[in-house]
Amino acid sequence: MKQEAFERERGPHWQHFERALNELDAQSKVSDFPRRYRLLCQDLVLARDRRFEAALVERLNALALRGHQHLYGARTRGGGFVDLFLREFPRAVRREWRLCLLMCLFFYGSGGGVFALTRQTPDLVYSLVGAGQVAQMEEMYDPSAEHYGKPRAASAGVGMFFFYVGNNVSVAFRTFAGGILFGVGSLLVILFNGLLIGGIAGHIANIGYGETFFPFVIGHGSFELSAIVLAGVAGMRMGLAPIVAGPRSRAVALRESTHRSVPILYGMTGMLVFAAVIEALWSGQPAIPALVRYWVGAGLWAVVVLWLALGGRRRAPR
Amino acid sequence: MIDTLHHVEAPEGVDLALRLAGPAPRAIAYAADVAIRWIVYLFALIPLAGLLQEVGGGLFVLVFALGEVIYPVAFELLGDGQTLGKRMVGIRVVHDDGTRIRWQASLLRNLLVVADALPGTYLFAIASMSVSQRFQRIGDHAAGTVVVYVDAPPQRAAGAAAADAEPAPPAIALALEEQAALLAFGARSQAFSPARREELAKLATPLLRPGAPAAEQLAAVAAHLRGAERAR
Repeated sequence: MKQEAFERERGPHWQHFERALNELDAQSKVSDFPRRYRLLCQDLVLARDRRFEAALVERLNALALRGHQHLYGARTRGGGFVDLFLREFPRAVRREWRLCLLMCLFFYGSGGGVFALTRQTPDLVYSLVGAGQVAQMEEMYDPSAEHYGKPRAASAGVGMFFFYVGNNVSVAFRTFAGGILFGVGSLLVILFNGLLIGGIAGHIANIGYGETFFPFVIGHGSFELSAIVLAGVAGMRMGLAPIVAGPRSRAVALRESTHRSVPILYGMTGMLVFAAVIEALWSGQPAIPALVRYWVGAGLWAVVVLWLALGGRRRAPR
Repeated sequence: MIDTLHHVEAPEGVDLALRLAGPAPRAIAYAADVAIRWIVYLFALIPLAGLLQEVGGGLFVLVFALGEVIYPVAFELLGDGQTLGKRMVGIRVVHDDGTRIRWQASLLRNLLVVADALPGTYLFAIASMSVSQRFQRIGDHAAGTVVVYVDAPPQRAAGAAAADAEPAPPAIALALEEQAALLAFGARSQAFSPARREELAKLATPLLRPGAPAAEQLAAVAAHLRGAERAR
């Protein structure tokens, strides 16, 4: 069949198909679409094989591509918001339990180690943190400071909430993105944050401000520190995949592993938002006695651990 | 070989061709997006500065942190793979199997912009796109996406003139490649100046009767190959 005969015979079908595509674009249903799409694909192959004009092949290719997107692009997933957080997120975390242990070791290990060292040799803090920042920390947690003992102004609480969320989210996203450098970026950020937090905690304890510092951080620390560790886990997963590709090609390994860590990313972001809520509304209220804060803080840590360890176990993963 | 076509094999056994966008149009689109975001931030900053200082400052940090990710993700999902900048340039993001982008891939590729921006000058993105056969930056590799041109409606005006010619069979048997070349010539000949058209047509010596204008003879052969009806 020559090109013009082909166009005469099949042209009406193509126009019909294009109308169907426009209807699909407008979200209405079209009957018999898959069959029409397959016919169009045949026409495209025919036109290409017979070397018909480029414009015709281009037109059919564009139509087939649109059909392809409609037929294969509309995969929707079950499960709502609650399901994502209560089941899918903990499952994704447990699937990476080895990396979780490793990153916890790096984060809490380096933090605890530096904490103990700073307790012994107090000057160590100045090699980790600049003198200005140390002074700022001292001022923040000074029990005799002006703001301490007074309830925070509501506006300050709101402002700090936004600031914490914004700051923590960008740190966490960077921790994840750094993982693309074969995991090194994530590892360094986790290690560095562990050292920093350990050093500051040690210093605050040294100068006797622990009674304000520890009750303040224990509450939101549960969600915030865990979220940072999980950002590191997601980053490591992505970075290690091309190195330990297993039976897959390195490019495929990278893509699959990265997609698998998506639930960790949104779960972690949710945790950071929640941590900031606690920090702004609960941790910053000096009127609450330290003992209550310790108990609530311990309870929050237990919630995080139980949530991630048990969430979504009952139903088998899809 | 040097075409920027990316072939996707559909389950129907057809290769669908996507036209990939290179670093230059993508950089322009990205610059436009950055400019748009900064204008929004600037306008956000004015009322926020009017608020209580601490609230406004905190809110700005939040707007900035989320805007960098939410802006592209929201537009890519709602605008069928196009942020405002991409719409201006006429490109869109799709999965590397040609399907529409979903939120997981969009989130990943936009989170990883941070890695692509390293070390400060988007050097990683440029290097990654240069060595990639599909112009993928690091975020595209991880998310499994490609950036393609939005298909322009095919141009067909030039073909009409060639169809007017009286169809005549070629003097010798033609291979498939040669037929394709003649069809292409017929379709595009009106875009050339008459002199250039004649000059190009004269190259096909085995097909031509000497004396008569070469372009007209080739147009007739092209019309024959297209299967045009003989004028009555």
